[in-house]
Amino acid sequence: MSCNCSCGKSDLSLLNDTLEHYAAIPGSLITILQKAQGIYGYLPADVLNHIADKTGIPAAKVFGVATFYTQFRFKPVGKYLIMLCQGTACHVNGSLMLEKTIFDTLGIKDGETTEDGLFTLKNVACLGCCSLSPVMMINDETYGSLTPQKVRGIIARLKDEALKEAAE
Amino acid sequence: MITVKVGQGSCGISAGAGKVFNSLKNIISEQNINANLSVTGCIGMCYLEPIVDIYNDGVLAARLVRVTENDAQSIAAYLTDGDVSKIENLLLSDEDRVFLDSQTRIALNGCGVINPEEIDDYISNGGYTALKRALTEMTPETVIEEIKISGLAGRGGAGFPTWFKWNAARSSQGEEKYLICNADEGDPGAFMDRAVIESNPHNLIEGMLIGAYAIGAKEAIVYVRAEYPLAIIRLERAIEQAKEKGIVGDNIFGTKFSCSFRIKAGAGAFVCGEETALIESLEGSRGMPRLKPPFPAQSGYWRKPSNINNVETFANVSWIIRNGGEEFAKLGTPDSKGTKVFAITGKIKRGGLVEVPMGKKLSDVIFDIGGGMKTDKSYKCVQLGGPSGGCIPADMQDTEIDYKKLSATGAIMGSGGMVVMDESTCMVGMARFFLDFTAKESCGKCTHCRIGTKRLLEILDRICKGEGKEGDIELLEETCNEIKAGALCGLGQTAPNPVLTTIKYYRDEYEAHINEKRCPAGECIDLVKYTINEDKCIGCSLCSKKCPVGAISGEIKKKFTIDTAVCIKCGQCMDACRFGAVEKK
Repeated sequence: MSCNCSCGKSDLSLLNDTLEHYAAIPGSLITILQKAQGIYGYLPADVLNHIADKTGIPAAKVFGVATFYTQFRFKPVGKYLIMLCQGTACHVNGSLMLEKTIFDTLGIKDGETTEDGLFTLKNVACLGCCSLSPVMMINDETYGSLTPQKVRGIIARLKDEALKEAAE
Repeated sequence: MITVKVGQGSCGISAGAGKVFNSLKNIISEQNINANLSVTGCIGMCYLEPIVDIYNDGVLAARLVRVTENDAQSIAAYLTDGDVSKIENLLLSDEDRVFLDSQTRIALNGCGVINPEEIDDYISNGGYTALKRALTEMTPETVIEEIKISGLAGRGGAGFPTWFKWNAARSSQGEEKYLICNADEGDPGAFMDRAVIESNPHNLIEGMLIGAYAIGAKEAIVYVRAEYPLAIIRLERAIEQAKEKGIVGDNIFGTKFSCSFRIKAGAGAFVCGEETALIESLEGSRGMPRLKPPFPAQSGYWRKPSNINNVETFANVSWIIRNGGEEFAKLGTPDSKGTKVFAITGKIKRGGLVEVPMGKKLSDVIFDIGGGMKTDKSYKCVQLGGPSGGCIPADMQDTEIDYKKLSATGAIMGSGGMVVMDESTCMVGMARFFLDFTAKESCGKCTHCRIGTKRLLEILDRICKGEGKEGDIELLEETCNEIKAGALCGLGQTAPNPVLTTIKYYRDEYEAHINEKRCPAGECIDLVKYTINEDKCIGCSLCSKKCPVGAISGEIKKKFTIDTAVCIKCGQCMDACRFGAVEKK
């Protein structure tokens, strides 16, 4: 795990195996970034600089590539990552209303995390479950045929679970 | 022998197929039932998932739909004594059977039937015979000739003849060549490529190896969207199994042909569906398109000759080699040969994957197969081709599915996303939706696309908010034409299409937004107002109980009212009222 405060000290040794395997293979930058995000949960700045050092790719290019693709994030995400599908079918079936419901319930917009660090909202292009639209995915679970009411229920349930876990 | 197959594509799993599989597994072992339980991919009837097929000695005995884990008991009872009455309520209805029976499956052949995780299942269904035939009985030139006869064209959107691209890559100088599969299916509303990889990955591998042989490539690469984790897992497994069988690697089928195979996971960028942007991304850079020419066939991946086709294109190849190009060319129209897969979604009753011969009418797909609207509202239009395409209105529903005829409407065939809309969908809002997408996804290389799409979005935003100005429609049109002329790649050149087609067919909706500050579809939130019709309200208070913000007040058995300053326009009151007293204007 990486340090979540802003001191900027991540455990860079976690990336040793990845860099050893990929650093010398041309065209591997995106793969390295994907592995790094898998390890740290996001791409901390010191990790990006470390990748630049070890691969010999200029830091500007590493940052340029990382910021180009929507998969990469630069802040830690909440315990529950809500991926709200904004594909065409979900749009036609009311995904905007769900986004508003999430904002009304949790006070977060696309890309934001709640203050308690529980929920992060991310709008995504298409999860490919169009026949269940509107759809959202929280961590690995897909929720389909959603209504504002269902969304509020799911969020309340996850909050409860997190509270119980914290109490234990 | 009885085999029970649980459909486990992404949409089946989202609908609960994993739980169904586990409960069947438990009950089969607990009750010691003599049946094999296996996994299959997506049959395409996504609206009926989870689907369980029961085969008796390889013959389909029962197809069960919308199965839940609670049905395991009755399925077990049926497996034990064969009494159909136990599962009668789960059986596929005759009405739903039309969905599959009306299709001609070539690219989707095997999907939802074979086990995508076992190469032997693919081989026992005739898999890899086309590759063997190509390698042992045909030259690369005759393979290309067969593809030419078939008339196969790129299924990713552009519809460029496949044989031409293959031939160009073959004729290019150089020993080192690459064959690349574009599985970066970024078009929101299209998911056929995902379904093919998840449900029949070996068909893709076979098609790609035939392509690699034809152009002379020694390395094949599949560029898959990172959002498709299951597709990546199944494809990885398939590649491993093919390697073990000597189908991928050195001296395939004992011939001189060798080809390695690997997957590259994309990182989320719509523009990477453009082939030169995809190559940039493969090389580890920002996915920004290159200037063409030189085309990838001359100078592609690492500046070597490369050929790129999408998943559906490759999925047709093995069928063509097995059955002959002429058989394929018998299907379709003079300009468009073969079949096309559509992902049909939106306000449609039966949503899923549909493969039909070219030349069918849009209405055949939407009404005969899709069953028409799932709402009580009437059919308004169909959106084809995603952010690069356009809306085709209801009165043109007899348009034939053909590259040229669809392009003539202002839409495009595209990758096959078909989003059906009813009267409640606002066309200005639809254009805004797509421009929001393309403005975010523009890579930023060309000024016209980078800034132009942003300007289009701003204008559409203000129209949807009721702040549209006279002259906005003309400004939109002018900006669209500038973007089309000034953008380098397909993304920019086609980004204005959703705006231009909606203006072409639904100009009156734009005018209503701008001049009357009214959204005829009642979808633009800033332009609608919820009120309670006093004549219909009986004072039951249900609406005020449902209201999440307490905007509705009144006394029981008296008229209720909505405070429009507090109302968030969520519409829950309207859904709750049983007397139709809540109105949206």
